[in-house]
Amino acid sequence: MIEILDARKAQVLRTGSDSQALVCDRASVAGSVSQRACVFCGARVVLYPIADALHLVHGPVGCAAYTWDIRGALSSGPELHRLSFSTDLREQDVVHGGERKLERALRELITRYKPNAAFVYATCIAGLIGDDVDAVCRHVAADVGFPVLAVHSAGFGGTKKDGYAAACAALEKIVGSVEAPTAPLSINVLGDFNVAGESWIVKDYYRRMGVNVVACLTGDGRVAEVQRAHTAQLNLVQCSGSMTPLAKRLEERYGTPWKRVSYFGLEDTAAALYEVARFFGGDELLARTAELVRGETEAVLPEIERCRAGLTDRRAAVYVGGAFKAFSLVRALRRLGMVTAVVGSQTGNRDDYEHLRSICDEGTIIVDDTNPLELARFCLEQDVDLLIGGVKERPIAYKLGIAFCDHNHERKRPLAGFVGMGNFCREVYASVLSPVWDLAPARAGRAAARATQ
Amino acid sequence: MLLRHTPIEISARGALTINPAKTCQPVGAMYAALGIHKCLPHSHGSQGCCAYHRSALTRHYKDPVMATTSSFTEGASVFGGQANLLDSISNVFALYDPDVIAVHTTCLSEVIGDDMSQIIAKAEREGKIPRGKRVFHANTPSFKGSHVTGFANMVQGMVSACATRSEGPRRHVNLIPGFVEPSDMAEIRRIVEVMGVRHILFPDTSEVVNGPLTGKFRMYPRGGTTLADLTRSGDGLFTVGLGRAASTPAAKLLDTKCKVPCEVLELPIGVRATDAFVDTLRKVAGVHVPEALTVERGQTVDVMADMLQYFHGKTVALAGDPDHLLPLAQFLADLDMRVLYAVTGTPTGPRFERRMREVAGGDVVVRQGPGADLFLLHQLIKNRKPDLLFGNTYAKYIARDEGVPLLRMGFPIYDRVGHQYFPIVGYRGALRLLERMLNVILDQQDRDAPEESFELVM
Repeated sequence: MIEILDARKAQVLRTGSDSQALVCDRASVAGSVSQRACVFCGARVVLYPIADALHLVHGPVGCAAYTWDIRGALSSGPELHRLSFSTDLREQDVVHGGERKLERALRELITRYKPNAAFVYATCIAGLIGDDVDAVCRHVAADVGFPVLAVHSAGFGGTKKDGYAAACAALEKIVGSVEAPTAPLSINVLGDFNVAGESWIVKDYYRRMGVNVVACLTGDGRVAEVQRAHTAQLNLVQCSGSMTPLAKRLEERYGTPWKRVSYFGLEDTAAALYEVARFFGGDELLARTAELVRGETEAVLPEIERCRAGLTDRRAAVYVGGAFKAFSLVRALRRLGMVTAVVGSQTGNRDDYEHLRSICDEGTIIVDDTNPLELARFCLEQDVDLLIGGVKERPIAYKLGIAFCDHNHERKRPLAGFVGMGNFCREVYASVLSPVWDLAPARAGRAAARATQ
Repeated sequence: MLLRHTPIEISARGALTINPAKTCQPVGAMYAALGIHKCLPHSHGSQGCCAYHRSALTRHYKDPVMATTSSFTEGASVFGGQANLLDSISNVFALYDPDVIAVHTTCLSEVIGDDMSQIIAKAEREGKIPRGKRVFHANTPSFKGSHVTGFANMVQGMVSACATRSEGPRRHVNLIPGFVEPSDMAEIRRIVEVMGVRHILFPDTSEVVNGPLTGKFRMYPRGGTTLADLTRSGDGLFTVGLGRAASTPAAKLLDTKCKVPCEVLELPIGVRATDAFVDTLRKVAGVHVPEALTVERGQTVDVMADMLQYFHGKTVALAGDPDHLLPLAQFLADLDMRVLYAVTGTPTGPRFERRMREVAGGDVVVRQGPGADLFLLHQLIKNRKPDLLFGNTYAKYIARDEGVPLLRMGFPIYDRVGHQYFPIVGYRGALRLLERMLNVILDQQDRDAPEESFELVM
């Protein structure tokens, strides 16, 4: 076993040889190279795709600059979310307070851009310098007649999960603010952000089944859809970490049942569609769903088989934000004939890790909140061919001469749904079997060793 | 059109920044610290700051960027971050074994009022800093200055903590390269080596953030100024700082602290600024300019002459850091091009504006500091469209909406490669700028020319 800081040992386990439960849900060790982010980050990623809302970051310029259009959450219409608005607090504001500046900025932006709602992200120092962001928002909302909401996202207030909760709290205030009749066979999709157009794929499947998607929260989102979301009969929660708090609140308030789903991989996508069909019942709906699943699966299977031929027995490491995505990826990789040798997440909980243990092969390393040094060691020790992760993991994989697939903000092709599984296969295949690795020292050595076996 | 809402009429905005032409201090401090060998930058603030800065630098360089964080919690924001920093120092040395930890503050720890010097001294007293290792810091409040100021403060922090004057002989020249790419730092080093000048360059991010694929993950890549060299900077004969905004504080401090005289020059972008750099080195080190450099210069001027008809009269808009914009504007003026607008989000003194008018002419529109953002630049461009635009990746929205070709320069560049490996400083760098501008201008001419005047030889 490689060296791990004592304080971290409980956050790593190996299936088969370790029987203890993984310790998680704890703050990162101070001084670690954590891959985690903060409350603001969580709130921002959840609300950001609402394209006809104003997103104003109240604080020094950095938080607005680093989140400016970096996530490919696509919109079919307005694109207000892709601009960067900041109160750019300066030293004199820190001394005298930023409330007046905030109010002026808000009013000016509302006049200029005529949004349908406004979110004001209060970052680290807004509260510390005594700004009452709630009061400013209430004051402006009273004049403009649409929701102007403070999103309390001081980075130190917790983890990214607390940011998701802050975003859900803001969304909850908008849901139900207009009256609308309940449509038959109606659902909301929670926790899909339309990265690379994924919400469009998912919505299209439901439409073809004859199911009405009232709102997608928040992919290709519009304020009016969020307002009507209470009229749906079922909430589907994808990306378990981010939107579960909202689903629970909507259940309390409106009695709307909710179910966890995933749209990554053939099995999980099919299950997510059947879940809805079974919920509403009826032979016709079930038949339509079965037909859709069959047709879509048949369309993508040849591509999967082609890729599988080259990928069988190749080994993968997975390090993602939420554990629920890791479950899907373990299954999707298996479908490609690949073995998941390392799997971890930034924010998984105890149940998540127990579930991971149950679905992984023996000898798999399971890790919570890892750092680059550990991750690189795990990858080499487990001799993986592929790392799946986000922006900060990509160059680590490449330095090791290991293939990479971005399953985070920077994916450029949709990975959701049946068609997404096809894209995923192609991407993994193209990266793992790239001739570039023959030129990389470590891989070239391995290829030579294989050839002589 | 992504920027379809930008109105052509420019009105005053006091309270609001739209599409900033800057970012906050800590990212600059983190980048500067990466230029010290076996140094681990440490962000004293919330976890997100560190994650954002690492992500931004990773996107820009497509290389791993290592840094640690104090991971502030609610408690730290009430009781202060001392305990977090002390724990961090212990953990970082135990876990990652760097030679140096370079701590920078954030808006949060600044507002709380954590006293960095006092906390680091306490860590020293409590034996948390192993023998031979070093912890230094820079105050980088995000509500002052910009990423450039953060870089400048961290470089000054290096001098403050490490530079020491001994009784030994003074033979080398200190070089402070400014907030430039690793490729530029390497080129500055090459020029100095060609001239045969003994030197210490700090910081130096070459082969740190543009490392090779080796099949290994190195927590500490090969590059970077060593702690020993940083210490010896106090024994310098002279300091040449490049870029006023990024290098003046460190150069000045070396003078007051260790009595190393200094001169701060513009970044050596373009022929004239490189001439000034080479000439200063010649004088302070008492060397001759070698033939090899004279040839490089001659080749660059030769291309300027060969192609002058294509540059003449072309108009340009500039967005970027002040240290880049001034020498670039001079270079463009030497090509008979005309700078219409120069915008930087970094607050600079009136000298910047004065100097910009000197080199670019009295009509140039100069905007700096709060309110000088890419939204404003877009409005200016709507009023009069330039032939070329220099800016970072975020200028591509304007380029696309207005049909102006963009030449990428500055931070961040998320959508192209090249800046990591090919310098824009020195005579060779000037040659590269010429090539890039010509490619844009001539490709456009080839695309748009009517068939009868579509030229083979250009």
